[in-house]
Amino acid sequence: MTDKKLTLPTEHCEECPAFYNLEQMGIKVGNFDRVVALAGNPNTGKSTVFNALTGLKQHTGNWPGKTVTRAEGGYQFNGVRYKLVDLPGTYSLLSASQDEEVARDFILFGQPDCTVVVTDATALERNLNLVMQVMEITDRVVVAINLMDEAKRKGLEVDARSLSRDLGIPAVPITARTGEGIRTLLATIADLISGDIVTKPLRVGGTPEFQRAVNELAPMIEATAPGIPNARWLAIRLLDGDSKVQQALVSGDLAQLVQRQSQADMQFSKKMSVEGRQ
Amino acid sequence: MTEQTLSPNDILIKAEALRGTLSTGFRDEIVKSLYSEAEMIAKRAVKTVLNKKYDFDQKIDRLVTSPIVGLPIMLILLTIIIWLTVSGANVASAAIANALFAIGDWGRALFNSVGFIPWWVTGFIWDGIYLGLAWVISVMLPPMAIFFPAFTFMEDLGYLPRVAFNLDWLFKKTGAHGKQSLTMAMGFGCNAAGVIATRIIDSPRERLIAILTNNFVPCNGRFPTLIMLATVFVAAAFPPALTSFIAAGTVVGVVLIGVGFTFLASWVLSKTILKGEASAFTLELPPYRRPNFSRILYTSIIDRTIFVLWRAMQTAAPAGAIIWILANIHTGDSNLARAISDWLNPFGLLLGLDGVILLAYIIAIPANEIVVPTMMMVYMGTGMMVNGPGTSAGIFDLLVNGNGWTMLTAVNLMLFALLHNPCATTIMTIYKETKSLKWATVSVVMTLGTAFLVTFTTASITRLLGWV
Repeated sequence: MTDKKLTLPTEHCEECPAFYNLEQMGIKVGNFDRVVALAGNPNTGKSTVFNALTGLKQHTGNWPGKTVTRAEGGYQFNGVRYKLVDLPGTYSLLSASQDEEVARDFILFGQPDCTVVVTDATALERNLNLVMQVMEITDRVVVAINLMDEAKRKGLEVDARSLSRDLGIPAVPITARTGEGIRTLLATIADLISGDIVTKPLRVGGTPEFQRAVNELAPMIEATAPGIPNARWLAIRLLDGDSKVQQALVSGDLAQLVQRQSQADMQFSKKMSVEGRQ
Repeated sequence: MTEQTLSPNDILIKAEALRGTLSTGFRDEIVKSLYSEAEMIAKRAVKTVLNKKYDFDQKIDRLVTSPIVGLPIMLILLTIIIWLTVSGANVASAAIANALFAIGDWGRALFNSVGFIPWWVTGFIWDGIYLGLAWVISVMLPPMAIFFPAFTFMEDLGYLPRVAFNLDWLFKKTGAHGKQSLTMAMGFGCNAAGVIATRIIDSPRERLIAILTNNFVPCNGRFPTLIMLATVFVAAAFPPALTSFIAAGTVVGVVLIGVGFTFLASWVLSKTILKGEASAFTLELPPYRRPNFSRILYTSIIDRTIFVLWRAMQTAAPAGAIIWILANIHTGDSNLARAISDWLNPFGLLLGLDGVILLAYIIAIPANEIVVPTMMMVYMGTGMMVNGPGTSAGIFDLLVNGNGWTMLTAVNLMLFALLHNPCATTIMTIYKETKSLKWATVSVVMTLGTAFLVTFTTASITRLLGWV
């Protein structure tokens, strides 16, 4: 095994937070301007990215399922304060276990200003399924291709530009453990939120009848539950006959769900995860 | 269409109607095209420049997840970690105890020399609160400071999913979820954390089984108790050179008994109140990753060791105070602590324990991992002084010669510590995770019942056979 440096033209100081106007704000997230969510398959390094940006010490472990609660932290980049939300890993937005529900509910109803999908460079194909599902519900997505060092060791070369072009959203190669690429990721998030980067997410459309059905149903959902994000996704779920969504709609739980996302996760769990006591 | 008076039901009806216009399995087609699209995009973006098919990771995995040597390797690793903990903690515990007790003597002397401080203030502070803290720190700190880093190292390396892989078939046989081995492993650190970790199990039935049985693996708060008893009693019967190996072997044995009870309880639950079959799941085996040592130290020392110790100290200080007060309220020619423990004694003996142990258990209910330190204080507080209080010989002398302990007492106390009810934090966590008073109660009754039943059985058998 040779531990060669990546071919990207990076300087050492570029990996240092002080160099690029990053101020780690820890758990002081009372006043923030923007919300960024970290999503991704299990064990792709979301918590490592989270720690690198916030300076917090959220527990990480090399096994899928380590993070089961939502952890929140803050950072300041070029004068803008961001709240960063570390979510449990999930393979799909249709999943059922409770940790995955935490992730799905926040992506859908937490209304983050930007969702960063952290992917594993060594298993990109499988990771892209979630990326494309997230793209189905929001335009503001950035793909972070993490574990670039491992991919390199395995003899894989990942072309971020090709990925970005195909998906229609920014793709940034990073190695969260060493901090490589983090600066570019931060700049990309900032530009995407400010509108300097305009995304054109690839959407797998389905048949024209399907499109028509969704377009007819989505406005109706918006009319009954004003302010609900992702009416489109809900429409698709209803067409699919998802009994959970049907129930939530009838009982009025949907509105509650939206509201709950703006609050902290269960106080106790938050303490366990933010202060890293798992 | 007028949209002013839309109700949720209208939407459902509309969705129903629209679904009729779609071809059956429309969603499957979309998912299929999503997957093929992802495959194409990934193919374009990823190039294999070097074909390293048979890499090192796979070779290791073939060994550690092999059906033949996989389980033995696991046992060996567990034994090594526990041996490191036992042999390292022994020396450190004695040193810390000696230092802390010396400070206690010094403090007591200082208070006495001042003159105007009443005896009960000196006693309350130095023989009550301070002694409680000294016992807890000396018994608990060293084992945790060794075990937690070792555990975190294995976690960061990526060994945990391999454990799950190896134990999957066993859990399946008991009707439980294979991921329960992950939550069980987290339980070694802290049972409350293990209970929260069960969120990764998607079937509610199997998740409940994992929650209810998590307490059967000894958490880090309870390890020191097991280590101390194994060293002082079981290993004392062997030559000094073997002490740490025998003690480690004993602790591994107790852990295996705990794992055995996990399987047994899971099986009983899935055959009775939580009937059902084990569900299938996929679990990735991540590549082995080089652990980051500074983070391991931070996570294990600051977050885990100090956190658990601090929690224990918060209970130990008032527990020490209560014991001192009980020991200094005189009733006739005895004191209250003696009176209560004498009253509890018949029941304690029935379980192969004694009244003092039960009294300590009751006082330490908020954090029952401090039962042994509390018990030591009761013994000392009720007039039994001890020479070299931090050393194995000193403890042995206090318990055996001073208080009539036998091997049965030590073994049964280990079993009791392994099986008894979860600590208050874990019970609260179970309540919060299940949102049910019923399941929180079941978790207490089931474990405590098991503890009583098992200790009663072992005590009865050994007595019947005339071993004690």
